[in-house]
This record gives sequence, structure tokens and C-alpha cells, in this order.
Amino acid sequence: MSMRSIPVRELILGGAILVLLALIAGRFPDFVAPGNLANVFNDTAPLIILALGQMVVIMTRCIDLSVAANLALTGMVVAMLNVAVPWLPIPVILAIAVLLGALMGAVNGLLVWKLAIPPIVVTLGTMTIFRGIIFLISDGKWVNSHEMSPAFTGFPRAEIFGLPVLSWTAIAAILVFAVMMARTPLGRSFFAVGGNPHAAVYTGIDVGKTQFLAFVLSGALAGLTGYLWVARYAVAYVDIAGGFELEVVAACVIGGISIAGGVGSVAGAVLGAIFLGVVKNALPVVNISPFWQLAISGSAILIAVAFNARAGRAKGRIILKSAEATS
Amino acid sequence: MNILTKALTTAAMAAALFAAPANAADDVRIALVVKALGIGFFEAAAKGAEEAAEELGNVEIIYTGPTDTTAEGQIEVINSLIAQRVDAIAISSNDTDALVPALKRAMQRGITVISWDSGVAPEGRQLHLNPSSNALIGNMIVKLAADHLPDGGDVALLSATTTSTNQNIWMEEMNKVLGDYPGINVVATVYGDDLADKSYREATGLMQSYPDLDAIIAPTSVGIVAAAQAVVDAGKVGQVNVTGLGLPSEMAGAIESGASKSFAIWNPIDLGYSATMLAYELSQNGIEAEEGAEIPMGRMGTLTLDDKNEGAMADPFIYDASNIDDFKSVF
Repeated sequence: MSMRSIPVRELILGGAILVLLALIAGRFPDFVAPGNLANVFNDTAPLIILALGQMVVIMTRCIDLSVAANLALTGMVVAMLNVAVPWLPIPVILAIAVLLGALMGAVNGLLVWKLAIPPIVVTLGTMTIFRGIIFLISDGKWVNSHEMSPAFTGFPRAEIFGLPVLSWTAIAAILVFAVMMARTPLGRSFFAVGGNPHAAVYTGIDVGKTQFLAFVLSGALAGLTGYLWVARYAVAYVDIAGGFELEVVAACVIGGISIAGGVGSVAGAVLGAIFLGVVKNALPVVNISPFWQLAISGSAILIAVAFNARAGRAKGRIILKSAEATS
Repeated sequence: MNILTKALTTAAMAAALFAAPANAADDVRIALVVKALGIGFFEAAAKGAEEAAEELGNVEIIYTGPTDTTAEGQIEVINSLIAQRVDAIAISSNDTDALVPALKRAMQRGITVISWDSGVAPEGRQLHLNPSSNALIGNMIVKLAADHLPDGGDVALLSATTTSTNQNIWMEEMNKVLGDYPGINVVATVYGDDLADKSYREATGLMQSYPDLDAIIAPTSVGIVAAAQAVVDAGKVGQVNVTGLGLPSEMAGAIESGASKSFAIWNPIDLGYSATMLAYELSQNGIEAEEGAEIPMGRMGTLTLDDKNEGAMADPFIYDASNIDDFKSVF
């Protein structure tokens, strides 16, 4: 009980981010200027949104490797839609992106739920299928910035109270997930299904359906990010966000979401994503050889995981106090 | 089989050679075989071929290719061209080796075979026309930046991956000629891994680390587009010029926004023109394709062949605000 009231892991991760920022500031002071930190947060926003979706999937003892491919396919579809129907308003594009992403998530979820195929196999398969579909619909061609409408590329950049819409979207996602995980039956059932599936069944929770809903959520967020990504970088092609699914999983793992399921928090996923985001944005400016950058990113992940494994190890519970005293 | 076939082939070739002058009055039929029909780049090359045909006068261009980019499709096309007894085949191949047998058969029947753009193994063609050479590209990427920096300035390179062979060769060639551009300082080389998001982040990092940066050179199509977007988002249009190698269709937005003043890539029209000229010279004027040969190609100068019978056409072609609209729908 006391563990829950003081989220030690999140505090430590938050501290690690502050130490990291201090180290970077030592080499490149401008990095910690408020304006630049806002830029770093904005750059990390897609990772945060995807990490939240991945969090619920991992929490139910599954994994979604198709998020980046889902993002790329949705991005390509909305980009091509924008070229074909330039007057389509942005809210409609957003709705299409979310629905299409959710649909792809539902395909994953159904295969896991109804056919009981291991999630890693399902999403490895759909990852390739989604990339293949992008190639089929686009013919391998790019959708370029001059073909997209200004409203389409302008939306994630538009500033509200000094922050771009992209950042606000991430903040909104964080708030929604915080409420959902703590206050709704669905959010609680994610914990229950991952923590102990058998016990969850006895409490009346449908394990398969809960996993299905987790995939739908992850897919919907991937779809939303697909539009934001394509609009932000103003280009859509087959390989966008290639390999990004691993970064999303890494953000979750660093954030203390247990691959074994049942353990995790919104704050953890967000801090994990921010940690990676700070590393990714700092490496180019602190003048570290590109040959070292990959090794440094990888080491950060390993250290975080090793740390989490130690902290998460269940301590033996003493059942007989009197026996302990006598021994 | 051997001796008889060889004797017959020789006889056939000899007959073809003797027959050539007699046929000169008729149109010379040169087939321009492309990777697939319906690709803007090759349609533009065909335009160049037609231009060459008009200049030569007695040439008929057969622009053809499969409907999808497969070697099998091209083999069928080649077989039908052999049956039509065309005078020359100029091909941009879908496979280096798979087309060799079919093209050998064409050469045995006295048809001139050259490859351009995407090459065929040496035994399957008489010469190969490269759009440019590593040395020319290396020089061009620094020239593009220097042209807009008369007083010199700081430039940075944004490459693909650290292991990308062609990128590394181009940058090496660029460093060799850097002395010809006094005042140009290369301050950093960063790698965007040919990912839009990483390239964007690296370009942003460059502008932060080097506030006086004047140009970013990206010899990669993903990098140059991402860097241009980063410059626009950082509000540094006019201060930082993004240049390098890119495609007109992908770079039209960057030219329009002013983030990129100019960039370079081969010109498909010149490529089709040169391929046609070379095929004509080999087929009609009896020029031998051999090491050191200098073959004229009309307005594009001459092609000098190396030990693999390959040659480089020209400097990459520069695209800027004046011509981007003509090419952005082409490729």
C-alpha cells in the first residue's frame, strides 16, 4: 500500500531526467532554455502518445509491434486523401485517422482475442502487412509538402498559448489516460488482466475482450499520430517512422511498465518517453560522434531496464514473524 | 554447333555491316527501353530521345518497356525488339545480370546495345552511360552551397547513415576539391539515417550548435527534404540555405518556401538525349566502344569510356526557382 502512495520509480526516473538535463546544460547551456525545452517536448509528443497506447497493451501481457506501420499507413492514407480532396476540413481528417488506426488495432486485437495467436506474432505480421499496403496504395511514391494543403500541414504547428497543437495533443492524451487508468472500470481491468488473468476472470472481466480494447486504443492513438507525423514533417512515404515501434516499447520499458504485465503507470510511460526524447534531442547538440550515439541510446535503455528489474523484484514475504525472530 | 553457329553469326554480322550503308536512307530505329512505362522520369528521358532523333534527322525512336519494373517484362520487350530487327537498344535495366542472355542474343544479331541510368553487366552491353560520376557529384554539392556564399561561410553536411557507401564516397570527393572554394568551412557532418524525423532533429541540432550556419548540404533525398522543413520551422529561411541532391517533385515545396535556393540531380531529358546519340554513333558511324574511346553525344559533349566501358554524362543538373515548375511533375 505504501508503495502506491509514493511512486518511487517515477521519482527516480524524473530525477534521472533532471540529472541528464544538468549534464547536457554543462556542455550546451542553451539546451535548457525554456523555449528549447518546449521544442524538445513537442518533438517527443508523438512518442508520448504512442507510449500511452503501448502501455495499456503491455499491461495486458501483450505487445503491439505494428504501431509504427499503423502510423505510416494512416499517415499515407490521410496525405493521399488531402491531395485528392484538399478542402476536407481538419476535424474530418482527424476522425478518419483515429478510426482507421482503431480499425487496424482492432484487427490485431481480434486475432489475439478470437484466434489466440501470440500478440508478438500477430503484430509482427500486421506490421509487415501495413507497410505492404502503403506500398500498394502509393505505388512507392512520396506525397510531398507542396501537394499538401496549408491547413493540413499547419494544424500540428498552430500555436495555442505558446505551445503547438502537437504538444497539446500529447497533454490531452496524458490527461485522458490518467483519468481512464485511475477512475474507470476499463482502466482498472487493464491492471487486473495483466496482474492475474485467472483472478480477473473470476471477477467477471473478459480477458480477451480487454486485450482487444487495449489494441484498439493503441491503434487509435497510432492513427492520430500518423496524421500529426505526416503533417509535421510534411512528407509521406513507405518508410516513415521505420523502427519507431522499438522506441515506443523502449519508452514503456524505461518507464517501468512490466513486460510481464499488470505493472505500470501513465507517469512512467510519459517520463520514459521524455527520457528518450531528451537523449535523442541532446545527442546532436552535445557534439558526440555519431558512431557513439547508438551505443549511448542503447546503454541508457539497458541501464534503465536493469534498474527496473532490480527494483521490481518481489521481495520474499515473511509469513511467520516469530520464526524469523528465532532464526 | 559451335563452329557452325559462330560462322553463321559472323556471316550474319558481316552481312549486317555491309548492309548498313544501304539502309542508311531508311530510318534508323533506336529502341529506348525503360524500367517501366508510366514513370515521369522515363517519360522525360523519352522526350530527350525525341529531341536527339529530330537533330539526327533519320532516326525513329521506339519508346517501350514493361508495365511493371521486372526483369522478365524487359526480357519479353527485348525479344520482341529483336524480332522487329531494330538497329539499337538503349536500356535502363531492372536487373544487372538477368537481362544479359537476351541482350547478348540481340548483339549477336547485329543490334547495338547500350545501357544507361541503371546498368547491365559488361558482357550484356557495349557501353554504359552513367548520369554522372562520384567526382562530379562531390564537386557539385559544395559548388551548390558556395554559389550562394560569395564571401564564404559555414556549411554542414547532413548524410544518410554512417555506413552508406555512396554518401561517403561523395563526401570524400567533396573534401578533395574543397580547396577550390576558399572561405567555405565544413563545420560538421551529421547523420539522419534516411529517416525524416531523425534528419529533421539533426538539422535542428545543427542550427542550434552553429548559430552562424549558412548552409546545410544533404546529398540524400530524405535528408534534404527534412532539413528544408526544419529550416522553415526554425524560422531561418534566408539565413540557412538547404542544398544537395534531391528530386524536383519532392523539393518543389522547399524551393517555393525559399528554404532551398537550388539543388541538383541528373536531368532525365539530357540522359535520354545522350543515350540516343551514343546508340546512333555506335550503330551507324562504326565507332567501337573500348577503353579510352571518346564518343560524341551532340550538345552534351563527348563520353569518355573507362576500363569497364562506362562513362559519365555530365555534372548533375541544377534545379532552382526558374525551372522547378517544369520538372516537379516529371520526377
